[in-house]
Amino acid sequence: MSTTPLLAAHALAIGHPRRTVGESINLQLAGGEVLCLLGPNGSGKTTLFRTLLGLLPARDGQIEVAGQPLARWSRSQLASKLAYVPQNPALPFAFSLEEVVLMGRIAHGSPFRQPSRQDRALAAEALHSLGIAHLAERACTEVSGGERQLALIARALAQQAEVLILDEPTSSLDFGNQLRVLDCLSSLRARGLAILLSTHQPEHALRIADRILFLKQGQLIASGGRELITPAALARLYDSDEALIAAGLGMHMR
Amino acid sequence: MPSSTLPTTTRSSLQPVLLLGLVLLLLLAVGGSLISGAYPLSAHQAWQALLAGPTSVGTSVDTSVGSSLSNAAGSELSTVVWQLRLPRIAAALLVGMALATAGATYQAMFRNPLVSPDILGVAAGAGLGASFAILAGLPLVMVQFAAFGGGLLAVSCVVLVATRVRHHDPILAMVLAGVAIGTLFAAGISLVKVLADPSVQLPSITFWLLGGLHAITLTDLALVSPLLFGALLPIWLLRWRINALSLSDDEAASIGVDVRRLRLILIACATLMTASAVAIAGIIGWIGLVIPHAARLLAGAEFSRLLPATLLLGGSFLLIADSFARSVAAIELPLGILTAFVGAPAFLLLLARQGRSA
Repeated sequence: MSTTPLLAAHALAIGHPRRTVGESINLQLAGGEVLCLLGPNGSGKTTLFRTLLGLLPARDGQIEVAGQPLARWSRSQLASKLAYVPQNPALPFAFSLEEVVLMGRIAHGSPFRQPSRQDRALAAEALHSLGIAHLAERACTEVSGGERQLALIARALAQQAEVLILDEPTSSLDFGNQLRVLDCLSSLRARGLAILLSTHQPEHALRIADRILFLKQGQLIASGGRELITPAALARLYDSDEALIAAGLGMHMR
Repeated sequence: MPSSTLPTTTRSSLQPVLLLGLVLLLLLAVGGSLISGAYPLSAHQAWQALLAGPTSVGTSVDTSVGSSLSNAAGSELSTVVWQLRLPRIAAALLVGMALATAGATYQAMFRNPLVSPDILGVAAGAGLGASFAILAGLPLVMVQFAAFGGGLLAVSCVVLVATRVRHHDPILAMVLAGVAIGTLFAAGISLVKVLADPSVQLPSITFWLLGGLHAITLTDLALVSPLLFGALLPIWLLRWRINALSLSDDEAASIGVDVRRLRLILIACATLMTASAVAIAGIIGWIGLVIPHAARLLAGAEFSRLLPATLLLGGSFLLIADSFARSVAAIELPLGILTAFVGAPAFLLLLARQGRSA
């Protein structure tokens, strides 16, 4: 495609102030595309996401959002481009799910404003599209981990960003909710959103990804389409036994 | 399949009823406070004195209605109501609202319902300032200034240290710095106490640290009110946005909030409120911890709804506690002791109730 990618990284080095976690990372993500990141624990997936979101400074290289360098975007402008669903966040207070989802609207406008009717409508629509409208008034401390995760995705939708970055969005969900989230991500792709997610389940990548990246020890060791997912490649990625992986995949995919 | 329409938000629809109830509680507390104390008044007498106004001392109180009050008694009544009770009621409301709001703000900001306004060392700083001023034999107004300055100084030190330290969790860094600097200032208070003259200065310091509204004058209120309301205004305006700080820093930033800036604004406002309140009333504990907790049970965690409930409940609670302190014994009880006696069990009760409902 010739259109400007919504999110792009060139020769990106990521890490913390005293430690480089990964380098030479290149990626591009366009609207209507699902990019799936696979990698073992500690391979730098969350660090990469935080860097792409501007939450952690890049150690080297460039990040561009809608063709503009990341640094040119203010925090609130960036929120209308990129939305983030972190992994297992803790909520210390018993906000209702509707209140959690409404928070996606906080930075849209003056710092002093209160939620408008339109904000409430967008939150309601987001809750509905994830099938949790009936839980709108329930406290986030009272619903299941899966339902809380769905509320966070709903918050990202209410934010109306063009790119969704989801850090292992299915990791705390039961099988039914996993499928519901994947189905929802597919329909969001159909609406033209760009989706970047990490997962520990290769079959999820097979199910929804247009492109797949393998991240190992901070290096992108492979990128491509669904054909990338083979027992041999996964065995290399996870330092595991190929037969074991093949058996595991077979069991999951049957 | 879930229905396509959202259920009506019951909490939102109950909010006006709740606020009305809390306003009634506040009015009752004001009424109760007017008639209680060392000079007991009937409700009728208090009402008459209120209607007569502050300027008409001794001349027009109720002669038309044929009251039994003599002019002298009317004058005394008017003095009690207008010069003693009402300023003190205003002080209790202001201090209660300020401490409770600062507590709610700190709790939201530090993502912890067990945080009190003292978390960043305001109370210890104010206590040290006041103790120093008493040791130096300064007049009351200077003691108040020193308390205010000490409170601001302690929090400034904490913020400065916390922003210099590169910690992976900025909140934790700030809380730890608050603990350390609070301890340092508390040690300073102990040192001043050791140095103080045990017959005059030491009792003054101890009494000041216990907190109370007995010494507050109209001038104090006039000085402190602009600070309190000036600090409340940004908190009130930012009340929806403040919710974002209860998320992780990453989440708050990703929904578009400048976390560092918002947190600094709120720390400045909440500290200003606490330091102003402590400067005129001494250290009154527990309100900033218990009231937001209770308000959260009534109004929910969402800050736009929590804030008005906290303001009303905080004002009412301190006013009721102060009326009690004035009238329960022959001598006036220090307010800090009373709020602790009421606050700590109330807190345990709330904790137990919350545990059951969770």
